Amino acid sequence: MEWTAFALSLELAGTTAVILLPFGVIAGRALAARDFAGKGMVQALLALPLVLPPSVVGYYLLVAFGAASPLGVLWQKMFGHTLAFSFSGLVLASLIVNLPFAVQPIERSFAAIAPEIREAAWVSGLSHWAAFLRIELPLAWPGILAGVAITFAHTMGEFGVVLMVGGGIPGETRTVAIAIYDHAQTLDGSGAGRMSLLLLVFALAALGLVQMLGGRVGRHDG
Amino acid sequence: MAEAAAWQETRGLVARLAESGPIPLDARLAVPAGELHALIGPSGSGKTTLLRALAGLYRPRAGTIACAGETWFDAARGHDLSPQRRRVGLVFQHYALFPHLSAADNVAAALGHVPRPARSAAARALLAQFGLAALAERLPATLSGGERQRVAVARALARDPALLLLDEPFAALDARTRRHLRQELAALRRRLSIPIILVTHDLEEAAALADRMTVLEHGRTLQTGTPAAIMTRPASAAVARVVDLQNLFAGETLGGGETPPETLIAWHGEIIRAAGRTNFPPGTAIAWTVPPAAITLHADAGPKDALPKGTANIIAGRIGEVAVLPGIARVVFLAGDGAAFVFPRPPPGAGPPLPRPGEAAAITFAADAVHVMPLTA
Repeated sequence: MEWTAFALSLELAGTTAVILLPFGVIAGRALAARDFAGKGMVQALLALPLVLPPSVVGYYLLVAFGAASPLGVLWQKMFGHTLAFSFSGLVLASLIVNLPFAVQPIERSFAAIAPEIREAAWVSGLSHWAAFLRIELPLAWPGILAGVAITFAHTMGEFGVVLMVGGGIPGETRTVAIAIYDHAQTLDGSGAGRMSLLLLVFALAALGLVQMLGGRVGRHDG
Repeated sequence: MAEAAAWQETRGLVARLAESGPIPLDARLAVPAGELHALIGPSGSGKTTLLRALAGLYRPRAGTIACAGETWFDAARGHDLSPQRRRVGLVFQHYALFPHLSAADNVAAALGHVPRPARSAAARALLAQFGLAALAERLPATLSGGERQRVAVARALARDPALLLLDEPFAALDARTRRHLRQELAALRRRLSIPIILVTHDLEEAAALADRMTVLEHGRTLQTGTPAAIMTRPASAAVARVVDLQNLFAGETLGGGETPPETLIAWHGEIIRAAGRTNFPPGTAIAWTVPPAAITLHADAGPKDALPKGTANIIAGRIGEVAVLPGIARVVFLAGDGAAFVFPRPPPGAGPPLPRPGEAAAITFAADAVHVMPLTA
């Protein structure tokens, strides 16, 4: 068992989930409750990582992060190391790839709240902020938790993008999924098997949680 | 705005709203405090839009809304109070209770003006007024439809509103609960000294509960008056259709006589006499109606001469259908060319025998029972 790789994956997944949580809530709420020009375009862009092959996403991110790109140059100036092949680059890539996993369940849970519920809160004298905190957030929390759980589990197992952007540097960018690949490449079946089993358990736990929370969304009947 | 000032003194509501789109609106409402005013119209007539505009949930392009001496909305001045600042209670069609909060917390959520420690007790006191004291801790999903409606009304009143809006509050209930809650609303309105607006498409409900009602079609307020006035003397054929008036016919004016003042209408080869002069020039296409209760049936009609003298309107034909309902029978009479008149008769055993379908018959009705109105509003 490669605990360094496993710890790195946990750190990456945790960081991604924590950063995406507020973004997912803001973006998911906006997409569910508001109508604005270009909303369909935004939704399509958000879903893009779901349909593009991870290697393609990884390739574009690698180009965007590279020492020749403006972002890469800026990052090098500010932090003294390249964005590509670093943990920071991995986090950034992971954030982008996981956007749909975080935003979509949250958007669905906000969309499940009838517009009248929101309006009833306003007509009852609750400010928009109070209505959000006391009415919408409690109703949407199963979807929010589901978004976080799915993001976490998906990041734990992310392979293509991580390999392209991170390169598999031990202790920096070599996550458990890449370790599994390495072990399989060197025909170390038992090492790959143990780590795969661990990821499987993680994924099942996350899906179980999502399933359980999904049952709660819309269970209230007003 | 002298009219508005007068209404405001009585803590009433005055609204004039207009826009050509996206939702056509051309509405005027004046509801004094203490009046229960029904907004009636077919679905898509703009009833709910009007209600939402009053609550501040929809912003029309033009118009003004003032209630209880305060201007809530004035498009020309760019003045638009948010729903939070309008002191309005709104009961949504499906109640829109907060599903994760107990009945008491639903009511307490609207008690923002009460100091926090007193809210829970105030919410319970309000629920108790609606006979819901025992259900204060229950979630909306565990309440019956009638109980939910009561919680929604309690929540709407929790703000101590200056205007109470009810959006089809009985639509989602079974008939028995509906009857019961209508009685409750009738009792409640006697305790409230604010304007109450009841949106409904149920004419019977409007007639039973409302002091006055306004008929709406395509966002336009067509007529305001007491339910009885609107149902017997609609301002136009459009109003008559909205209130589903029976015995509504199209005709053409022929001019009239002076003594007695009357209007003659050409209708399917007959001449219908309506009491009173109208302003329609001869040859105007009009609509006319006669209330079912004003129609007298003459079964086994012999020659026209055998009918009572002096009746203004006599129409010969045959019986179409006879429907016996609890406590009443309804007869459809077909005039010579098939135009149908509907009117009530006493049920079997309570009066003269009911006519049989197909039988030759005649009907008569007085000139002053005939109401003439323009075809278009």
